Amino acid sequence: MATVAAAHSDHAHDEHHDLGFIRSYIFSEDHKVIAKQYLISGIIWAIIGGLMSLVFRLQLGFPDMDLSWLKPILGEWVNESGKLDANFYLALVTMHGTIMVFFVLTAGLSGTFSNFLIPLQIGARDMASGFMNMLSYWFFFISSVIMFWSIFIETGPAGGGWVIYPPLSALAEANPGSGTGMTLWLVSMALFIVSSLLGGINYVTTVINLRTKGMTFDKMPLTIWAFTFTAILGILSFPVLLSAALLLIFDRSFGTSFYLSDIYINGQALPNQGGSPILFQHLFWFLGHPEVYIVILPALGLTSEIIATNSRKPIFGYKAMIFSMAGIMFLAFIVWAHHMFMTGMNPFLGSVFMLLTLIIAVPSAVKAFNYITTLWKGNIVFTPAMLFAIGLVSFFVSGGLTGIILGNSALDIQLHDTYFVVAHFHLVMGSAAFFGMIAGVYHWFPKMFGKMMNKTLGYVHFWASIIGVYLVFFPMHYIGIAGFPRRYYQWSGFEAFNTYADLNAFISVAAILTFGAQLIFVFNFIYSIFWGKKASANPWKSNTLEWTTPVNPGHGNWPGEIPTVYRWPYDYSKPGSESDFIPQNIPFSATPESNLPEENELIEEEKDIENIEYNYNIPD
Amino acid sequence: MTLIIGILALLFLVLTVLVIGKTQDLLKSVKGVKEVEDDSEVDGANDWNALGLMVFWVLSVVGVVWSFLDAKKDFLPEASSPHGRETDYWFWVSMAVITVAFFIVNTLLFYFPLRYKYNKNRKATFYPHNNKLEVIWTVIPALVMAGLVFTGLRVWNRVMDDAPEDAEVIEIMGRQFAWAVRYPGVDDNELGNYDYRLMDDAAGNNFGIDFTDPNSFDDFTNGTEMHIPKGKPVLLKIRARDVLHSVFIPHMRVKMDAVPGMPTKFWFVADKSTEDMRAELNNPDFNYEIACTEICGRSHFGMKLLLVVDEPEEYEAWKKEQQPFLSLNPGFVEKVPDNLKARALKYVETEDAEVAMVTEEVEVVE
Repeated sequence: MATVAAAHSDHAHDEHHDLGFIRSYIFSEDHKVIAKQYLISGIIWAIIGGLMSLVFRLQLGFPDMDLSWLKPILGEWVNESGKLDANFYLALVTMHGTIMVFFVLTAGLSGTFSNFLIPLQIGARDMASGFMNMLSYWFFFISSVIMFWSIFIETGPAGGGWVIYPPLSALAEANPGSGTGMTLWLVSMALFIVSSLLGGINYVTTVINLRTKGMTFDKMPLTIWAFTFTAILGILSFPVLLSAALLLIFDRSFGTSFYLSDIYINGQALPNQGGSPILFQHLFWFLGHPEVYIVILPALGLTSEIIATNSRKPIFGYKAMIFSMAGIMFLAFIVWAHHMFMTGMNPFLGSVFMLLTLIIAVPSAVKAFNYITTLWKGNIVFTPAMLFAIGLVSFFVSGGLTGIILGNSALDIQLHDTYFVVAHFHLVMGSAAFFGMIAGVYHWFPKMFGKMMNKTLGYVHFWASIIGVYLVFFPMHYIGIAGFPRRYYQWSGFEAFNTYADLNAFISVAAILTFGAQLIFVFNFIYSIFWGKKASANPWKSNTLEWTTPVNPGHGNWPGEIPTVYRWPYDYSKPGSESDFIPQNIPFSATPESNLPEENELIEEEKDIENIEYNYNIPD
Repeated sequence: MTLIIGILALLFLVLTVLVIGKTQDLLKSVKGVKEVEDDSEVDGANDWNALGLMVFWVLSVVGVVWSFLDAKKDFLPEASSPHGRETDYWFWVSMAVITVAFFIVNTLLFYFPLRYKYNKNRKATFYPHNNKLEVIWTVIPALVMAGLVFTGLRVWNRVMDDAPEDAEVIEIMGRQFAWAVRYPGVDDNELGNYDYRLMDDAAGNNFGIDFTDPNSFDDFTNGTEMHIPKGKPVLLKIRARDVLHSVFIPHMRVKMDAVPGMPTKFWFVADKSTEDMRAELNNPDFNYEIACTEICGRSHFGMKLLLVVDEPEEYEAWKKEQQPFLSLNPGFVEKVPDNLKARALKYVETEDAEVAMVTEEVEVVE
């Protein structure tokens, strides 16, 4: 805050008006603009990733369908008899996973809300380094362009699953997607990791250093806690993916044998010996599992804020929420091998990881219970954001519970790599995180664009989405229990998987309708930016600092001094107070009627808080 | 099913009409005067949404119960191995536990909105924490988890334990895009060595069998079906020669990745023969199948191998009928070192072999 604040008071005003279009909207260093850039990129990617899933859902639901009408878009990937190419099917599955996990739910979610909310909620003028923040977005942009480009090359994009296990991903002769498509995938992901690290380091630095007066750690909103934990997870685990990718690049291009050994392919024995494909899986999942929490923690953070605000009640168990998130973050690093029970690794390792995995259910359960207790005896306002937040909790619970079965290595023997897994993670991290992101957009839209999104369309969007998501993913568990394997182009070759043709068709129809419902959101989003009703400064009567800014916060966020913080962010419906919310910047001395006994003692400290002097001499 | 799709389509149709109507309203107002609106005013929609959540949940419960009963007949295909029935049992125990949690938690989650929906005459209860409550719901899941972990570990350790000494050893190898099996043969009952550098599809040695190892002489292979005896432990030695594959035998509850360069294994007992299952399921066409569950490329979905479970005596008879690889591919006798040629030639009864034997004798004479 220090330097930015100084800069702002001295000469930032002139600078602000002098910035041209390019510096204000394209190569901007303002965290709010960067957040919007991430959001819009995320939405575009979500549409692309969603459309891909519809194409392979058509294949799975209606294997005999004539897809010739897709020829104008897919060209040669649909053959003469109107059938989707099996390689392209795998490529679609791969790209759908990559796009949704990394580009939508990591960049689109963390990138948007960490950038937007961290400075606004902790009371800072901007991120610790605006320049790094800008770089972070543009690295992401280049990474996006490369990934997008890879869709259009002749041999098709990467097709070995989003987990890109070698040797399939290492040998161009094993799969057409493992040629140029895979190269572009790796380059794109390397840039993505750079972007993610630049962002993550910035988030953590900002939270540690730039909190406003009085914003001690125990007064931070849960959103900020969630973003911080997420950033730490990313900083510690993404470099491991980078090293995994780097070794894979070496194996692919420079003849090394990190992951390759004893391979005979295309009538030739390869010279590689001594490598281990399992090594890649360990490295991949050392990121891959924390990645799941990188996706879900920010969503849970946003939900905490939205549920408390709209229940007009303090979040239940503020400290327990922080400790659960810390517990989840810690455990996230030591459960990765539960993705690998059936890879042939030592069964003893399986036992250890099963134990650790089931422990992680405890903090997750605590979080779910706390949300529900927050609703209890609340005075609940159902904004679209609130509805989506409730939907998130439902998905988190329903999807999380099946994790107890999958985390049990003995039961995983049958269910590993079946549709049970697909159903599980699409509910618990896919749909839940997606709902968190949508809820966040509805809730903070007034602060982002100074306009309100249309409520009625929001309601319709919510109802179509929650019904749709459950109709898609609930029956998928059944298909999984029957043993249907993932990433199958069709199942009819096996007697064992020859049932459920109607259920698969049903899921596909539900998926198409659910995707259609998202277009309502896209329409609402674009419409509201331009023609939405003007918002008030604090439309949801919320306590956190971002709502003390003007309707359209300018560069530096607060026109005058940054507000000082005196209380935690959840003083909703405090007994004795006339209003049902008391923002964080209201001192206890101003609310004698509602103070708790221990809070009256804090009044004396208010002077000290106000007298805190920041050292303005920290070099930028 | 058609009915449901119909209802679903109707539902979305109604929603679409609503949306279009609303959109037109909005578009009309585009040019109208925009006022700052205090959107926090709670209107009638609040009550409808609160009610909607509860109705949604009630309908969901009906849907979940109905669909579960409807789909149940195809769940977990009849297990044909003792460990499979054990994991199935614990699957359903875990399922019961999570189903209870699923209904309780979701019921509260969807009921509270209705019960505590906004009322301007009421104030929410300021209830920031309750340590006792927190401890209770930390401890209860922890205890349930501990129970599940404990039972899970016992089952896991038993399934993954070393195979019994007398287990029938069969090698299964995955490649793009087929499975192939190799048996240790009836004479020595030992699998011969292999080396991936000896693989040669053109010559027929797709397993990379090493003919300098005499154990390989009587080994026989099969690319279309795997036979195993009923009631006897079977140890699968699993390998892959190009990319990752995964052996999946749905009815046996067997799954294990096949990894190039790292042999894996899985042992089990099949206690229902193919004939038993045909009678039990009343399906004369029933067959056990082996599938691949690790993405391996284009025809991943087509990697099927038939599994035939025979009565033990039929199995032994079947094994005796099988021709060793060497008998079917006598050319590989050339690869056998001289000191072992005599043993190898037992398996080769063609004229070539006699010629080979003659030349050998000649060499000895010289």
